[in-house]
Amino acid sequence: MAEAQNIPGGSTTAGQIAVAAESTVATRMSAPPSFDVADFPVPHGREEEWRFTPLERLRGLHDGTAVATGDGVQVDVTAPEGVTVETVGRDDERLGRAGTPVDRVAAQAYSAFEKAGVVTVPKETVLTEPIRIAVHGRGGVAYGHQVVELGAFAEAVVVIDHTGDAVLAANVDFVLGDGAKLTVVSVQDWDDKAVHVGQHNALIGRDATFKSFVVTFGGDVVRLHPRVTYAGPGGEAELLGLYFTDAGQHQEHRLLVDHNVPHCKSNVVYKGALQGEAAHAVWIGDVLIEAKAEGTDTYEMNRNLVLTDGARVDSVPNLEIETGEIVGAGHASATGRFDDEQLFYLMARGIQADDARRLVVRGFFAELVQQIGVDDIQERLLVKIDEELEASV
Amino acid sequence: MATLEIHDLHVTVEADNATKEILKGVDLTVKQGETHAIMGPNGSGKSTLAYSLAGHPKYTITGGTVTLDGEDVLEMSVDERARAGLFLAMQYPVEVPGVSVSNFLRTSATAVRGEAPKLRLWVKEVKEAMERLNMDPSFAERNVNEGFSGGEKKRHEILQLELLKPKIAILDETDSGLDVDALRVVSEGVNRVRDTGEVGTLLITHYTRILRYIKPDHVHVFANGRIAESGGAELADQLEAEGYDKYVKGGASA
Repeated sequence: MAEAQNIPGGSTTAGQIAVAAESTVATRMSAPPSFDVADFPVPHGREEEWRFTPLERLRGLHDGTAVATGDGVQVDVTAPEGVTVETVGRDDERLGRAGTPVDRVAAQAYSAFEKAGVVTVPKETVLTEPIRIAVHGRGGVAYGHQVVELGAFAEAVVVIDHTGDAVLAANVDFVLGDGAKLTVVSVQDWDDKAVHVGQHNALIGRDATFKSFVVTFGGDVVRLHPRVTYAGPGGEAELLGLYFTDAGQHQEHRLLVDHNVPHCKSNVVYKGALQGEAAHAVWIGDVLIEAKAEGTDTYEMNRNLVLTDGARVDSVPNLEIETGEIVGAGHASATGRFDDEQLFYLMARGIQADDARRLVVRGFFAELVQQIGVDDIQERLLVKIDEELEASV
Repeated sequence: MATLEIHDLHVTVEADNATKEILKGVDLTVKQGETHAIMGPNGSGKSTLAYSLAGHPKYTITGGTVTLDGEDVLEMSVDERARAGLFLAMQYPVEVPGVSVSNFLRTSATAVRGEAPKLRLWVKEVKEAMERLNMDPSFAERNVNEGFSGGEKKRHEILQLELLKPKIAILDETDSGLDVDALRVVSEGVNRVRDTGEVGTLLITHYTRILRYIKPDHVHVFANGRIAESGGAELADQLEAEGYDKYVKGGASA
């Protein structure tokens, strides 16, 4: 079931399938989940959940020294008719229902935001146009919270687009009613200096379908924590992601799918390309199949393509199974290089070096990009991939 | 008529912090329509000749000339050589993850032909070429060389040979690792290309087996970094009977 390949130098791939009474997913965190930042000690960097992250580059998000500046980010929501868009206070009872912060920065975000955004798609409303949430950094420090809620049998596509420069810690809750279908595209197209840390919680209703697409290109440090739990049987989650990590960038995606009810499905596919000195990508894929989650069907995969020397990948799939009464469970992680021999092979067929590189990277990402289903985002991604490649040559 | 002329070619390679001369003065002329077999023991430098002609960065040319129709091949980049009409069928073609065979073939054909082939004609051309090599259509959707068997890799190389129609084809140990059926299919592919009379073929092999299917006009024995002896097809028969012993002994002391 597990497949792990390793390449020498600059890459680690670890994989684990645990069949245990005690949850390693939970015990690997240094404190239990909490909305209160005071419940988490300031991390020193050796904790399991922080050991890959350059704390010194978080600009104080992790130790309480980053103070909101008021001009951190500008959030603009564009929504089709029928959608309710609100800005609410901290005491709004719709906040924090999809999940609880699991680390210090997520709790810091929850403890520090002043206003939260709530976007609601009423039950049985089927949108034909995406809801767009533009988060534009204006150079300051910000804490945020966003809720996207779909009523029963509602269908929507939400694009959350991060651009500009900011130091941002923000969590997002996705609450799906029974039979709802939500596709979320979160694009991290930050300027070079931005720092972005966030926890994305999805609570999937009975027979509901959640599709998440996380696309990370920019920023100095981006650390996202997409998490899924199920509110009833029959739920499906598809978590897709791609990242293009350049020289000096740290891009970390930590996923958790908690199969806490029977007969749910999950599929996780993240792909990353890396290039340049000290480009660092981290992928942690935790899948927990609880004892009561009979009939679970899950698969997770991480693929990395290392384009140059000096880049580093840490990829850790972790599957924890507490019941044998499941349909299927598996994981895979592989990190490969685009190396001189591949370049030679393609060039020996008349293909120029730049075209060869583009061919490989576009091909690597193509199957994922095609699944986004939002045309302008797909176009932008392909243009972005080409720009990244041109910058490297 | 296309002609590849190799004159006094010297090539070195870096290994274990030392520079080692592998090719020590190779002279060879291959003309369009001709088939030359280069035979020799392991380590004699046959493959180095193939990869040096294709421009692999591992090899350093320290002397001599290579021209294709008078153009200096050694001045060209790897892709320029391919577009000029040189083709190397590799012994160990590498996997290229994420790139489908069909995308690869079309990109390559576009580069070599100088314009994108018309889609409808191209699809037909590829389909027919694959059928002739007993390749399943699903092959086109697989990633280049990824998970291919030894035989599939070689068929894929010959498929490219048929589609790219080079002036000079260098086949590096295309017969190695093939069972008799696969060898026959691959050889038929090579012969179809040869029968056009448009290609000069440099067939590099350790064994005489493939020469039963692909009849060479010239046979050269390669030993100790140069051509030790040249002759007609009968030289292959002599090698079949006697082996490489007399050439290896001569070179072992060098």
